[in-house]
Amino acid sequence: MKPFRYHRPADVADAVAVLAAEPQAAYLAGGTNLVDLMKLGVQRPDVLVDVNRLPLDTVEELPDGGLRIGATVRNSHLAAHPTVRRDYPVLTRALLAAASGQLRNMATTGGNLLQRTRCPYFQDTSKACNKRDPGSGCAALHGVNRDLAVLDWSEQCVATNPSDMAVALAVLDAVVEVHDTDGVRDVPLADLYRSPGAHPERETTLARGALITAVRLPALPAARRSTYLKARDRASFAFAAGSVAAVLDLDGDVIRDVRLAYGALAHRPWRAYRAEQELRGHPFSPELVARAADAELAEARPLSENGFKLPLTRSITVRVLSGLAGRAQS
Amino acid sequence: MPGGSENQTTTDERYASRLALTVNDVPRELTLDNRTTLLDTLREHLDLTGAKKGCDHGQCGSCTVLLDGQRVKSCLTLAVTLDGRSVLTVEGLAGPDELSPLQAAFIAHDAFQCGYCTPGQLCSARAMLDEVDQGWPSAVTEDLDAPAELTDAEIRERMAGNLCRCAAYPHIVAAVRETAAVR
Repeated sequence: MKPFRYHRPADVADAVAVLAAEPQAAYLAGGTNLVDLMKLGVQRPDVLVDVNRLPLDTVEELPDGGLRIGATVRNSHLAAHPTVRRDYPVLTRALLAAASGQLRNMATTGGNLLQRTRCPYFQDTSKACNKRDPGSGCAALHGVNRDLAVLDWSEQCVATNPSDMAVALAVLDAVVEVHDTDGVRDVPLADLYRSPGAHPERETTLARGALITAVRLPALPAARRSTYLKARDRASFAFAAGSVAAVLDLDGDVIRDVRLAYGALAHRPWRAYRAEQELRGHPFSPELVARAADAELAEARPLSENGFKLPLTRSITVRVLSGLAGRAQS
Repeated sequence: MPGGSENQTTTDERYASRLALTVNDVPRELTLDNRTTLLDTLREHLDLTGAKKGCDHGQCGSCTVLLDGQRVKSCLTLAVTLDGRSVLTVEGLAGPDELSPLQAAFIAHDAFQCGYCTPGQLCSARAMLDEVDQGWPSAVTEDLDAPAELTDAEIRERMAGNLCRCAAYPHIVAAVRETAAVR
């Protein structure tokens, strides 16, 4: 690992100022991804700015019924928070489906949003990777690509976003609070991540040095009936082969509102607006859900090894919405 | 892979830090290369070799210790971040001539073969039982509003961050189950 300087900022402004002044500085939160990538030589910061002691570790209920989650709230604490469990179970379920007990105690809300892809070629400095080393090529496109993207990939990059939490935040229409040297601004989660295109090294729309300080969840009574389903190669402690976050609001048999987002399919959490549109206002049936999922996946371009993700995603969509509907009807 | 000075420990003060932390109730002061993980601090600087280096990438759990009471992977924790904090390792689970109830249960149930993962299993289980007492749910908890019952499925899910290549899992589950029952 490359030697680095260590800075513990006095406040958010100090943290942002160091990143602005140091081109090779990085924020350190839980470290579960960054420290590993530093060991692998994938990330090589000159300075680590440790944000763990900034006062960003609280969950506040907002006057309008929403929730404001500080950026350094640990994944385990957020999953266990009574309000999250009651009002946003999809978020608790997504957090608990991720990593292990030890890692959830370390990983933070902000760090989870900014974790890097687990594409094996990104993590291996001996392989070509446009994300790690722009212009070097993509060894994954015709390589071992079983775990990689089926939607919205480019010739330059077929990586997926690995976060479970971000998929839940996508259906909740979360808003990310971001500080930079110009002050604080709101970024809707839907606008946080980029498609890979010609510049897969740019994963988010945030300017370099911007610091996520909080995530806000709007009030969403329908989210009390929500959940997250993750399919993976072993029962626990593995990244998703496919995952779905869902909110379902039924009026009798009729779907009054539905929200769906997919993980493991693309460079970003994939909000399934088209499937939602196919479902909204119609009587619930598993056949309708399967057709809606297929409509969402119509533009998919599977790679040589990951065609299975399409029927898998259709199946888990039917399963998760049928489960939510069953509960609604009982 | 990076070579040359990137593999050498540095005492250059730009890249090193002084810190004070408590390990198993003993105050410690150290000056460390900023790159030093908590795991290497324990093993190489404090002569506490209970925590084991398995994968060194946060995947196997053999380096698990408690940080201010919560289980973490010491291989992905940089010591420089821990000034003023408190660490508990397997050496601190009981006095030098004693066994904690969990340690006794691991022996009674033959919950290990080679033993390499055992310090991590013990630290992880100790903190996991506290998480259950605090009412934390897991991925297999059906009702998020009810206190979780510690079924075998719950134990397995909550201990999923600790691998055992000898596959002593059934006996580890039995040892944890028995310890939980008498708490």
